[in-house]
Amino acid sequence: MQKRLANWGNYPVVASEESTFSREDQLQDLLHTQTPLIARGNGRCYGDASLGAHSISTLKYDKVLSFDIEKGLFECQAGVTLDQILDIIVPKGWFLPVTPGTKFITVGGAVASDVHGKNHHVDGAFSNQVVSMDVITSQGLITCSPDQEPDLYWATCGGMGLTGIITRVLFRLKKVETSYIKQKQIKARNLDEVIRLFEENKHYTYSVAWIDCLQKGDSFGRSILILGEHAAKAELSPQQAQAPLQLPSKKKLTIPFNLPSFVLNTFTVKAFNWLYYAKNTKREINNVVSYEPFFYPLDAFLHWNRGYGKAGFVQYQFVLPMDQKQGLVEILQRISSKGLGSFLAVLKVFGQQDNLISFPMEGYTLALDFPVRKGLFEFLDELDALVLQYGGRLYLSKDARMKQEVFWQSYPHVQRFAGIVKQYNRNNRFRSLQSDRLLLTAQPSELIMNNEELMIREAVVK
Amino acid sequence: MTVLILGAGSDMAVALARQFAAEKYDVQLAARNTSFLQAQENDLRIRYGINASSHAFDAVDFASHPAFYESLPVKPDITICVFGYLGDQELGQTSWQEASRIIHTNYTGAVSILNVVAADYAARHQGTIIGISSVAGERGRQSNYLYGSAKAGFTAYLSGLRNRLFHNGVHVMTVQPGFVYTRMTEGLTLPPLLTAQPIDVASAIVKAARAKKNVLYVKWFWRYIMLIIKYIPEFIFKKLKL
Ligand SMILES: Cc1cc2nc3c(=O)[nH]c(=O)nc-3n(C[C@H](O)[C@H](O)[C@H](O)COP(=O)(O)OP(=O)(O)OC[C@H]3O[C@@H](n4cnc5c(N)ncnc54)[C@H](O)[C@@H]3O)c2cc1C
Repeated sequence: MQKRLANWGNYPVVASEESTFSREDQLQDLLHTQTPLIARGNGRCYGDASLGAHSISTLKYDKVLSFDIEKGLFECQAGVTLDQILDIIVPKGWFLPVTPGTKFITVGGAVASDVHGKNHHVDGAFSNQVVSMDVITSQGLITCSPDQEPDLYWATCGGMGLTGIITRVLFRLKKVETSYIKQKQIKARNLDEVIRLFEENKHYTYSVAWIDCLQKGDSFGRSILILGEHAAKAELSPQQAQAPLQLPSKKKLTIPFNLPSFVLNTFTVKAFNWLYYAKNTKREINNVVSYEPFFYPLDAFLHWNRGYGKAGFVQYQFVLPMDQKQGLVEILQRISSKGLGSFLAVLKVFGQQDNLISFPMEGYTLALDFPVRKGLFEFLDELDALVLQYGGRLYLSKDARMKQEVFWQSYPHVQRFAGIVKQYNRNNRFRSLQSDRLLLTAQPSELIMNNEELMIREAVVK
Repeated sequence: MTVLILGAGSDMAVALARQFAAEKYDVQLAARNTSFLQAQENDLRIRYGINASSHAFDAVDFASHPAFYESLPVKPDITICVFGYLGDQELGQTSWQEASRIIHTNYTGAVSILNVVAADYAARHQGTIIGISSVAGERGRQSNYLYGSAKAGFTAYLSGLRNRLFHNGVHVMTVQPGFVYTRMTEGLTLPPLLTAQPIDVASAIVKAARAKKNVLYVKWFWRYIMLIIKYIPEFIFKKLKL
């Protein structure tokens, strides 16, 4: 059946077939009858990476296969989501080794995007914790790990589903004494200061900064740096200590329909200012909080993405190498003077990583949202040129519009990646709108037709 | 407390097993192909900390049913009959193989195994039997009357069984799920308002079983939709393309 599908940014919207499977033989059947396909997890990537003519939802392939409570090893089918895993492991004293800013993603999606958390500079990306996995490629089911079929392994971590469908993943967990985080929030007057603070605090396991993009002059890049460590039992309040591994409560607010796009901005402005000013005049705040608000502040609002309105939005996330951080200033200034972006930007630091196709590299990464409107894509092309100039690159998992040449110029091992993909993805069996756009699975001549057929264009776009 | 799920591989069965496991029931999974049940068994154990086990069960191998039930390590407190076969109506009109498979899976097989379970429950004066029937059984329509007539038989069987076992303190519940988003219905365009998710069906069943409901319509308006459909005079109904 044809469905309207979109990922988290609600852009683009496509008419697509979607099939499900709950057993491996059902998946094999789908692979024999349907072509081309792309795996889709929980649709939390922002753009078109898991959209195509036919997507295969992994959400019903969701069985937990083993959990070694002594060694902290977890094994599951690819459609299990991180929120389900937390419910199982936290009460037993374990935590996710790496988690993105939402827990509503699948393990398959975590591998395929090779997701990073606030601890990248300490623990690396998700691929760092994977012991082994099964991938159904065009050549059949193959088990791979850093030692076994390493080509397939490295092209699958961050490979956006192009080597096939990940079905099973075995990965390492992180031991914790409590489900709480010892948090420190520090106000920074401007961008220079926050970068200095990042450097001073790089021993912290978790760090992230929220930047106010509206300030000019001396306060340009005014921000709040948030640092955290898993709290030890001794650091809990008497009340918290009664149940140190308690799961947070699951109340949620839903944004039921698309709001006009200024609403979300107004809301984030208020939230930021409240944090910045209202919490008294202290420069630094220390407290112990549950892991939920620390890692997943936005998950409390189901469907907050609807706050950007019907035309949807794109999230722009790039990384610049450590020695090019002055580029951050220039890019942020461009964004703030153009006034198309969201009010808040998120800044994180990456440690060393040089995988085949994963996004992270040692440096600073900045992410912010742009509601889709006239002139936006031209502007983002200008930003791409700056990112390239500073030796950086864009995160494929957030991308919905990058030009293919930007991709090919900014990922250093892309040729090798494309070669391995060819080997496991014969006849382009696995193919998304994104992989076509980036010319990983399509020739330029095929591309235009293909997209025109699929996309339902919203009137406002372009 | 233990629940036996007959036909454990379907989307609805997976959801049912989880809902009961979340209520701390031990779960017995029964299906023809047990090799696929291993993952489900581990999943239930790890997520809910209960005991789960897998058992080979073939709904249309009637002769094996007494031995199957006998072999269960613990007799279940609740037995749920989830298996079913939608089949191909058009094929079944001319192929007896298809028609009999539809009838035997949905009706004969269910009667065969539930007779065995009922005998045990009646003798012990305890237990709950839950049958997943279908609104398709409330009036025969040209598009699926083979399936519908088998489910009609099953609905009548459950109602009679309920009547009989009431006097033995055994509860029998009939479930009419209406449309459900499952793998079986993936190719169909279903009206969202009338269509339930497997998880909704499962949690409604757990609740209704606790409240000892007799007949459960998962989305309440199905009761009225079927009432209307049943009351359309036959001379009009036969002309409709349903
Ligand atoms: C609020 C929010 C915050 C976020 N924060 C972060 C963050 O801090 N760090 C970060 O790294 N990311 C972040 N993300 C992005 C998100 O973690 C990734 O996009 C993730 O891949 C989404 O997983 P998913 O299960 O939803 O998969 P989808 O979005 O459906 O798919 C993502 C990609 O994975 C592929 N894929 C999915 N499942 C499989 C499979 N079984 N086999 C093969 N390929 C598969 C798809 O083909 C696609 O290319 C955030 C997203 C949101 C909405």
